[in-house]
Amino acid sequence: MALQSLDIKRRSATTLPSPSVRESHTGDVAKLIDTSKCIGCKACQTACMEWNDLRDEVGTNVGVYDNPADLTADSWTLMRFTEYENPKGDLEWLIRKDGCMHCEDPGCLKACPSPGAIVQYANGIVDFHEEACIGCGYCITGCPFNIPRISQKDHKAYKCTLCSDRVSVGLEPACVKTCPTGAILFGTKDAMKDQAAERIEDLKSRGFENAGLYDPAGVGGTHVMYVLHHADKPSLYHGLPDNPRISPMVTLWKGIAKPLGVAAMALTALAGFFHYIKTGPNETTEDDEAAARRYDASRKGNGPDGQKGVATHEEV
Amino acid sequence: MSNERSDRQADKDDLIERYSAGQRINHWIVAGTFILLALSGLALFHPSMFWLATLFGGGSWTRILHPFVGLVMFVTFVCLALRLARYNRFESRDTEWMKKIGDVLNNREENLPEVGRYNAGQKLLFYVMVLCMIGLLLSGIVIWRAYFAFYFPVGVIRLASDVHAVCAFVLICGIITHIYAAIWIKGSVRAMTRGTVTRGWAWKHHRAWYKQLNK
Repeated sequence: MALQSLDIKRRSATTLPSPSVRESHTGDVAKLIDTSKCIGCKACQTACMEWNDLRDEVGTNVGVYDNPADLTADSWTLMRFTEYENPKGDLEWLIRKDGCMHCEDPGCLKACPSPGAIVQYANGIVDFHEEACIGCGYCITGCPFNIPRISQKDHKAYKCTLCSDRVSVGLEPACVKTCPTGAILFGTKDAMKDQAAERIEDLKSRGFENAGLYDPAGVGGTHVMYVLHHADKPSLYHGLPDNPRISPMVTLWKGIAKPLGVAAMALTALAGFFHYIKTGPNETTEDDEAAARRYDASRKGNGPDGQKGVATHEEV
Repeated sequence: MSNERSDRQADKDDLIERYSAGQRINHWIVAGTFILLALSGLALFHPSMFWLATLFGGGSWTRILHPFVGLVMFVTFVCLALRLARYNRFESRDTEWMKKIGDVLNNREENLPEVGRYNAGQKLLFYVMVLCMIGLLLSGIVIWRAYFAFYFPVGVIRLASDVHAVCAFVLICGIITHIYAAIWIKGSVRAMTRGTVTRGWAWKHHRAWYKQLNK
């Protein structure tokens, strides 16, 4: 069930407004991840496991620091390591904490066919309610960041909740609380933008002239933002999308196609109904039966033998 | 002669076979699975129809059952299509029939060319259904999350979602037309329920077929 202390802004597969009298007057929330401060210790992964009672299967080393190798239904956040050789020939170790970006315009929510399985709270957090999840995986199809995972145990979709249960009672997310370098911060989105602006100024003064904030407009901004040293090339950071947006194919499928498709199907049926009302049924008359018999008789007269199965009543 | 017309035996002799028992059973399996697929598919297509998922035991069961029922429909459809394909070749008279669609819609058979076992509209529907079924099978496998979706990149899955929705939409509209035509043209339904049509019906609507039968 939706958390009672957080009102709902958007709800999957729902055409009417959700309960939304209580607004987030203090502003949307956001998590700010400063990649320039991250040391790749994975304490955030551990905190996430502990708070959410998740224990992923112990995997195998695939030759890089990423561990586990990918997000799973039991690993909602993951440090992704990239070794980048900059134009000066120096090695930069770019580390990015991957996980749900909590888009303001969430592709998962748009694609989800099950009412209320995905909600967006008034504070901007996008949350999956697994008890309503039907396991179709449309959220994966809709997500521009490749985040949701279907559990093989219960065939429900899982991802980072931004610790909505903690935030609803005034706590910061577990990863934020545990981060030893202060690379992960949490607050109102405005406060996080201000914080980022200071960090970016600092980074620029240290020679990272392309430092900037990753808050992609293509998805309406995100409630998880990055400070990047190379904000001009987000894809350096283990394929972070440069210009993420909900795919036009998803927009077509879950946007205009839905009302138009339903209307066209209803109109097809209505067209049939009114055609019947206007033109009436097409009935076979006695004349048609008589004409068929006359034809049979003529064939019978001219043909070599009486054909099997051709009954002519004139003979009866 | 008019006395004979009221005779039951004579009525029976007035009937000719249009579909064998095997064809009829095959058709109704396809039709039944189509209904199940349309209802469960529409449940996932638009929120206004999600309540249809209740018919299948809820959203998760709808998601689980739909692709399996789809496989049954595809296999039985292929059987039916193979049985009927040879009657659906386009002929020159089909073009003329198409041009006179206004006469078709206004019950003016007298202006139409003689029609074989199937008219041009039925043939068109046949090919539309074949294409849609192929599109639905291929795209359906791609978006079948439990078994196949992880073999495909997300771009392909997105495209397949669109293809699946478009094919299903076209197929549903086509079947609505198909069902309506059966209601509109009296004497048609019995061809699929009892296998027979009256001679008059065949004479009126499929005269070339009738003449061929009685050659």
